[in-house]
Amino acid sequence: MSQKTIKSAISRRQLLGGAAATVGGMAAAPLAGAAESNPANLPPNVSEWTPYLGAGVDANPYGMPSEHESHVIRRTVEWLTASAESSVNFTPLQDLDGIVTPNGLCFERHHGGVPEVVPADYRLMINGLVDRELLFSIDDLKRFPQVNRFHFLECAANGGMEWRGAQLNGCQYTFGMVHNVQYSGVRLSDICREAGVKPSAKWVLAEGGDSAGMNRSIPIEKILDDCMIAYSMNGEALRPEQGYPARLVVPGWEGNMWVKWIRRLEFGDAPYMAREETSKYTDLMEDGKARMFTWVMDAKSVVTSPCPEKPMISKGQNLLKGLAWSGRGKIARVDVSLDGGLNWQTAELHGPILNKSLTRFTMPFKWNGEELKVQSRAIDETGYVQPTIEALQKERGVNSIYHNNSIATWLVKSNGEVENVRLG
Amino acid sequence: MYGLDKIKKGARTGVGFAVLTGFAVAVSGMALASERPFGLGTLATAEQVAGWDIDVRPDGKGAPIGSGTAAQGEAVYAERCAACHGDFGEGVDRWPILAGGHGSLATIDPVKTVGSYWPYASTVYDYVYRAMPFGEAQSLTHDETYQVVAYILYMNDVIDEEFVLSNKTIGSVKMPNRNGFSLPDPRPDGQPKGEPCMTNCKVSTKIIGRARIIDVTPDSQ
Repeated sequence: MSQKTIKSAISRRQLLGGAAATVGGMAAAPLAGAAESNPANLPPNVSEWTPYLGAGVDANPYGMPSEHESHVIRRTVEWLTASAESSVNFTPLQDLDGIVTPNGLCFERHHGGVPEVVPADYRLMINGLVDRELLFSIDDLKRFPQVNRFHFLECAANGGMEWRGAQLNGCQYTFGMVHNVQYSGVRLSDICREAGVKPSAKWVLAEGGDSAGMNRSIPIEKILDDCMIAYSMNGEALRPEQGYPARLVVPGWEGNMWVKWIRRLEFGDAPYMAREETSKYTDLMEDGKARMFTWVMDAKSVVTSPCPEKPMISKGQNLLKGLAWSGRGKIARVDVSLDGGLNWQTAELHGPILNKSLTRFTMPFKWNGEELKVQSRAIDETGYVQPTIEALQKERGVNSIYHNNSIATWLVKSNGEVENVRLG
Repeated sequence: MYGLDKIKKGARTGVGFAVLTGFAVAVSGMALASERPFGLGTLATAEQVAGWDIDVRPDGKGAPIGSGTAAQGEAVYAERCAACHGDFGEGVDRWPILAGGHGSLATIDPVKTVGSYWPYASTVYDYVYRAMPFGEAQSLTHDETYQVVAYILYMNDVIDEEFVLSNKTIGSVKMPNRNGFSLPDPRPDGQPKGEPCMTNCKVSTKIIGRARIIDVTPDSQ
């Protein structure tokens, strides 16, 4: 366990203790904050950072978050996987506002570790059913017309540990295999025109240059519709763990298809049936048959505060915050329930509301220390309604691992603590 | 706006941006080839493509010339695979189980192995060559790959010990769970009938499970 993780675990425990103490007494300023506060810095005193000069402009040539935010990090669940190189960690959704995920907080999923690709030696190969088999350098890719688009990327297994019941007690661990950034890059349709795709080409095999050689088949219609080769995220070069120097963007579809460190696109007349689209990322149903090629990420939402990591601190006025997204288009509406789904009210959506992008919602509410069962339900522009776990289990059983987009329940206890629970 | 129709049209007519932008590139032997609208990138040679084009399809397309039997593969497996996957494909620690699991897919504890789950033998070749041994990708020769794939199939009773797995035979191997997959994607599913309920909804709000009691969350102990 890293130093940061330990520190974060301790601070969260303190926060929970503080929450209980506050709620027990009068609604007042957050006690958790007050416990670490030094009265000498508070009015009417002059705060300790005021009289003296601070750090100069180049103290941090690449700026980093305040040391007081060191608990805002990606976290992994070590028992999930056999090795750190073929593993996953989770975005701390509970600590974010708006719709943009900072680059360093975007969850990671690798199958063979993060390769150290030298950009001067990077090439994207186009081969198969094309008029011209081509090689592009990064410089070549950056000379194509550019598109800039926000999209969410969600792992198909996000929430996969929750099929049989409430298992992991955290928003980060149960919903954090999603991130949302602005990608800059090249339309794949432009690359297709450059290569001259033959009419017989129906499928594209995307292949990574990592030690897993990650490969997935994608139908040509999707490739030409809205796929991109991205070289930037949130305005800067892709991070190594997100595919530097170039990755595939497959808007609205499961994250495994967004091949990182992409080295090759092969055009063919049939799907390739790679390991990750047959033995993995297929959804096993109760009767022992498995659904194949389940690419779209259906609409989903989560309340990011309160949640197990964000207990209720004070009675009185509070703000509920959450995120919603759909692989089928824009979010149209999000409803919130505080009583386990008996009654719902519609939350406020905050713009920009973009296609296949995270969308922020909030709902102000008053809390008097009563027990709450907090849920959210997303509805997208196609009319798709985020389902209950019971509805999904009825259709699919509990062995499917992937595509659990059901409504979660956060139990807010009278002492302010919040737990991941299953109702039924 | 750049749909397949436009590409097909471009390919057929042979006119397009290239003429206007001056990027027309003559490609020998491609009388009907489309024009290059941007003139970016370089032509890949057959040798360059061959070095990276390693995928193998279910029909055997892409399988490199070579062959091997399970009898030959036993030694390769013992040396390169068994440390993680176990002597009998049973899996060590949390590393993947390769053999067994037959009849388990419809139970509460499905065991998805090459024999019980994988629909195509080609996938085993494709994956082993590109990604295995873990941390030593693309280090097996083609013959070694055929040998070790044959051994994995043999452990699963898919082929016998002397079956010669090769670029000519891999497309004909029938896997037990070949028909275990359904297409197309039937979603959306699990949808409420009519408008979603807003008030006095008929749902149970009884707590039947708590993550805190299961207690497997990092940092929570």
